[in-house]
Amino acid sequence: MKDFLNVALPKGRLGEKVYAMFEKAGFPCPSIKENNRKLIFENAQVGVRYFWVKPSDVAIYVERGAADIGVAGKDILLEYKPDVYELLDLKMGKCNMAVAGKQDFKDDRKKTLTVATKFTNIAKEYYASQGRDIDIIHLNGSIELAPILGLSDVIVDIVETGATLKENKLVVIEKFKDISARLIANKANFKFKSQMIEKVKSSLKEQVETND
Amino acid sequence: MQDLYKVLNSDERAVYSLRALYKDYGYTQYKMSKFEEYDLYVKNKEFLVSDSVITFTDTDGKLMALKPDVTLSIIKSNKDLSGGVKKVFYNENVYRVSKGTKAFKEIMQVGLECQGDIDEYTVTEVLLLAVKSLQRISLDFVLDVSNLGVISAITESLNVSESVRKKILSLLGEKNTEGISYICKQENVDKDSAELLCKLSYLYGESEKVINELKTLNLPQKAKQAVEQLYEIIKELKRLGYADNINVDFSVVNDTGYYNGIVFKGFIKGIPTAVLSGGEYDLLMQKMGSKKCAIGFAVYLDSLKKLEEEKEDYDVNTVVLYSQSTPLCEINDAVFKAKKDDDSVLVVSVVPDKLRYRQLVDLTKGGKA
Repeated sequence: MKDFLNVALPKGRLGEKVYAMFEKAGFPCPSIKENNRKLIFENAQVGVRYFWVKPSDVAIYVERGAADIGVAGKDILLEYKPDVYELLDLKMGKCNMAVAGKQDFKDDRKKTLTVATKFTNIAKEYYASQGRDIDIIHLNGSIELAPILGLSDVIVDIVETGATLKENKLVVIEKFKDISARLIANKANFKFKSQMIEKVKSSLKEQVETND
Repeated sequence: MQDLYKVLNSDERAVYSLRALYKDYGYTQYKMSKFEEYDLYVKNKEFLVSDSVITFTDTDGKLMALKPDVTLSIIKSNKDLSGGVKKVFYNENVYRVSKGTKAFKEIMQVGLECQGDIDEYTVTEVLLLAVKSLQRISLDFVLDVSNLGVISAITESLNVSESVRKKILSLLGEKNTEGISYICKQENVDKDSAELLCKLSYLYGESEKVINELKTLNLPQKAKQAVEQLYEIIKELKRLGYADNINVDFSVVNDTGYYNGIVFKGFIKGIPTAVLSGGEYDLLMQKMGSKKCAIGFAVYLDSLKKLEEEKEDYDVNTVVLYSQSTPLCEINDAVFKAKKDDDSVLVVSVVPDKLRYRQLVDLTKGGKA
């Protein structure tokens, strides 16, 4: 029996773009384009199976081997540090990890800084490298609200265009990490499907380079 | 004997089969107590896979720990090695924090350690035993081998800080070629070394192919020797007919604070993490005050539970159902009759919920069903 290559794609626009790249790489799966609520699609002829998962879950599927490869944002990789191979920077979904605050924010180093964020580990690591004493408030969304309501002094979040910040009268204080989508692979499954994975990687790499 | 084998789970089977294998090669079993003084682990925290250790205070006030690791205890017990090599194997439970639940877990570990004057033969033997261990678990396996000597020869020649060196190694472990090239640019690493490191990050595959490719590279002298050492060992394993599933992969980095030289990781199809991990750990020996060398590996049996077991259709073959009024002799006769076919019998007065059985002998109605 031929082995399937299991690919976890992030639901949404980025995932659709990534699928197009996989299709070009010789792993098409026409049924994926049908407009329905199915989450899993396979093409037995070329031996590929795609599934749509929540973008922040891709790394988990890959780390635990349910998917052989997947596409995940660098933010997720930095936050959860999954034990996976990071094979390629797809240079898509580019944004920055940044500190933002109210326009009149000034860091008072006499006080503990309160930071609201979805990315607890990233924020901790960043401020530890600065030697800054902080308190973290973990939020799951609408992070921008925190400084406005006085819940926190600043936020650590991904910033793409900065439009949301602007509309809420917040400003970027510092961008400290470039974020983009990465091709990741499960370390064990890589050994058993290395030919297929290498094929995907080299074709995606070519496509990234021509787009660049 | 056959019957006993039937009773075992796949991981239990592996334990006994591996123990037999190591015994056949003259390794003696090392049995240790469940506890060690906490001191031992604090001093060597970096060697441990997880930071947390279960501790408790002994009756004499000493802080003790439930062992998270076996290797350290074996080194401690072998403080004064004379000439030759001491070969031991172990089969112990260790206590570690699992990444998912962040709670302590008991993990069954089987492994072996060689300590003393490690020579090329010993390294080859340990690698051979690693291959044979994997083979006994599943025929669909891969052993990835690397020689840290190659990587350290390159990184030592770079003029970078220890933290950058560590960063490069962890990027190598991720096969993150772009990350390496980025950090090399940032640290002004010369172009040739940067290219070499990038190349090592994605070189992967059948041992001979990779080694031949390595030989064409412009490696520093020390790295060349390390490649040569790797080549000699794999050549010998090939001669013995065991090289088919061996790949060379420099993403096997383990912890370079302790490991040096040959390191390896074993994988089995269907299990998403490495099931076998080991290497030469002379640096750990030095740190613990020994001048000798060492090599060893451990097999993590908890992951084997993921291997598919043959599904049994029935929990029990025959169920004998009796009531308080059934005569004792009738129950026993029914049991013996069912046992004649050498099958499992469950004797109950109420059939448990969701029990799957092949036949029911109902004695409650005064007759056989």
